[in-house]
Amino acid sequence: MTSVSVRDLSLNFGAITVLDKLNLDINHGEFLVLLGSSGCGKSTLLNCIAGLLDVSEGQIFIKDRNVTWEEPKDRGIGMVFQSYALYPQMSVEKNLSFGLQVARVPQAEIDKRVARAAEILQIQPLLKRKPAELSGGQRQRVAIGRALVRDVDVFLFDEPLSNLDAKLRSELRVEIKRLHQSLKNTMIYVTHDQIEALTLADRIAVMKGGVIQQLADPMTIYNAPENLFVAGFIGSPSMNFFRGEVAAKDGRSFVQVGGVAFDVTGYPARTGLQPGQKVVLGLRPEHVKIDEAGAGDAAHQAVVDIEEPMGADNLLWLTLAGQSMSVRIAGQRRYKPGTAVRLSFDMGVASIFDAASENRL
Amino acid sequence: MLNLVANNSMVTEHEEVPDRITVGPSGPKPRRTLSRRNIVVYGTLIVVALYYLLPLYVMFMTSLKGMPEIRVGNIFAPPVEITFEPWVKAWAQACTGLNCDGLSRGFWNSVRITVPSVIISIAIASVNGYALANWRFKGADLFFTILIVGAFIPYQVMIYPIVIVLREMGVYGTLTGLIIVHTIFGMPILTLLFRNYFAGLPEELFKAARVDGAGFWTIYLKIMLPMSLPIFVVAMILQVTGIWNDFLFGVVFTRPEYYPMTVQLNNIVNSVQGVKEYNVNMAATLLTGLVPLTIYFISGRLFVRGIAAGAVKG
Repeated sequence: MTSVSVRDLSLNFGAITVLDKLNLDINHGEFLVLLGSSGCGKSTLLNCIAGLLDVSEGQIFIKDRNVTWEEPKDRGIGMVFQSYALYPQMSVEKNLSFGLQVARVPQAEIDKRVARAAEILQIQPLLKRKPAELSGGQRQRVAIGRALVRDVDVFLFDEPLSNLDAKLRSELRVEIKRLHQSLKNTMIYVTHDQIEALTLADRIAVMKGGVIQQLADPMTIYNAPENLFVAGFIGSPSMNFFRGEVAAKDGRSFVQVGGVAFDVTGYPARTGLQPGQKVVLGLRPEHVKIDEAGAGDAAHQAVVDIEEPMGADNLLWLTLAGQSMSVRIAGQRRYKPGTAVRLSFDMGVASIFDAASENRL
Repeated sequence: MLNLVANNSMVTEHEEVPDRITVGPSGPKPRRTLSRRNIVVYGTLIVVALYYLLPLYVMFMTSLKGMPEIRVGNIFAPPVEITFEPWVKAWAQACTGLNCDGLSRGFWNSVRITVPSVIISIAIASVNGYALANWRFKGADLFFTILIVGAFIPYQVMIYPIVIVLREMGVYGTLTGLIIVHTIFGMPILTLLFRNYFAGLPEELFKAARVDGAGFWTIYLKIMLPMSLPIFVVAMILQVTGIWNDFLFGVVFTRPEYYPMTVQLNNIVNSVQGVKEYNVNMAATLLTGLVPLTIYFISGRLFVRGIAAGAVKG
């Protein structure tokens, strides 16, 4: 059962095409994250769904109703903005009830809904205050409350946590997830923060240039990125890429990068790797194992350049096949710069992309 | 100063036993009150302030003197014998043409011109600015360009056509006509002012209100207006002083019985009959300038408070 459905949606600002024939179906109760760097069209798409921007082409359905030409208020959506957008001259209570008063909901019903939202978000003590007297986290909670009282089917979040500091951001992230688990509404969440995307989403739509690059659950996005862009965008530090050529020898497949050969026989390729094919081999920092000198594959010997201890884990920057790469290891294992180590790889979770099309093989 | 002295004594005490930690500079750097920079800055400010205040001083002193004392000729001397006679005369008895009821008539005319003109022009311009900033309608840019161009066309070019238009409307020579003229001429600059202010308010606020279901007027009245006190005060200062001080439109578009205060002041000061009563002229001028002056004093405060209130982001 689809809750929100976008069909062939295009949006042009003059000669600039922001969204191009975009299709997206969001299931009822699903938490969908639109992820991308700034200017990729993710906020534009959200504004189109909200009805705050007129579309150039295509249709938008919410709960199987064509709302392409509907006013925002008639679409059954609530929206939370990055800058909170609370009405500064109104108290928290007024902020929550403004939309209901405009819709001429009876006062008793307004009080009931405001009380319920305040209870869910634990902002009862703040009801009489003005937005200026609230902290950033409290403001965003009120902004969520404003969407909550509207009793809508779909929640739209436009980078709601980007204005908060790191600690509050992770706290509110958990709260939003909890809220979704208890309300079970459809939520569409725009962010450029991959951690938010991976932790919150049922499915992530990674966007670039107004086109959805991959739409899948977080684990698929992380472990089996559809193309080079998604692979490089998701993960911090970024996936290590090695440009090379496929070679076959003794019934085994290799990716030859400079003088170093990576054995990729265990790679679950979709189409089969053709010898001579130009490819990009992608290895996540945590999928590389470090062995003490003596063990492991002698071919993959590297020297530690820089060590970045992060507490829980430890990030090593090494040079392999003439290029820099990062390896994530447990925090208690320490290596001094200059130490020689040997690397081994788990090709079952590696990614190989065609060098020309940049798509997963 | 006291602090400085205390610091110095401490330094001398410690000189016998040098101790780098206590002797070295610590805390705020002491600044001399009579530094060269301060003398230049404050000196310039004081000279400029005196330069502007001196005419006001002369006018005020002269207006409190009797004619015999004025004839002595020392314009800077304070009055020996203070008299309020010139003020009374300027307000209630000075002659302009046939009428000898002083400036009071002009004052009330000016009030009847200024109050409606200010209210109507600000009301219309603020809605214009709001529509231009938030509701991008077709042709908005063209409309805005025309308004801006309108702000740069010299008034003199339009006087005769407007006389004809007012005559055809049947309001030429009436207060209504003059109010219409003031409202129209205030439109370009006020619309620009309001448009820029509303465009500076966070766009997401407007979006949130739309999601909440508020329409054009609800957003304007409930969301935008309460946030806009500072710009309304600015617009009011602009309009009140502009319209109150207007002379040209007052003289062109009204009949003598509706002359605003400025026109009447001119007629009193420039009347060539009899003795030049300098004290009455000075009093009349001060009376005419009193309203804009009061506006500056009262609203200047409100203005600062409005800015301070607006500075706290929601």
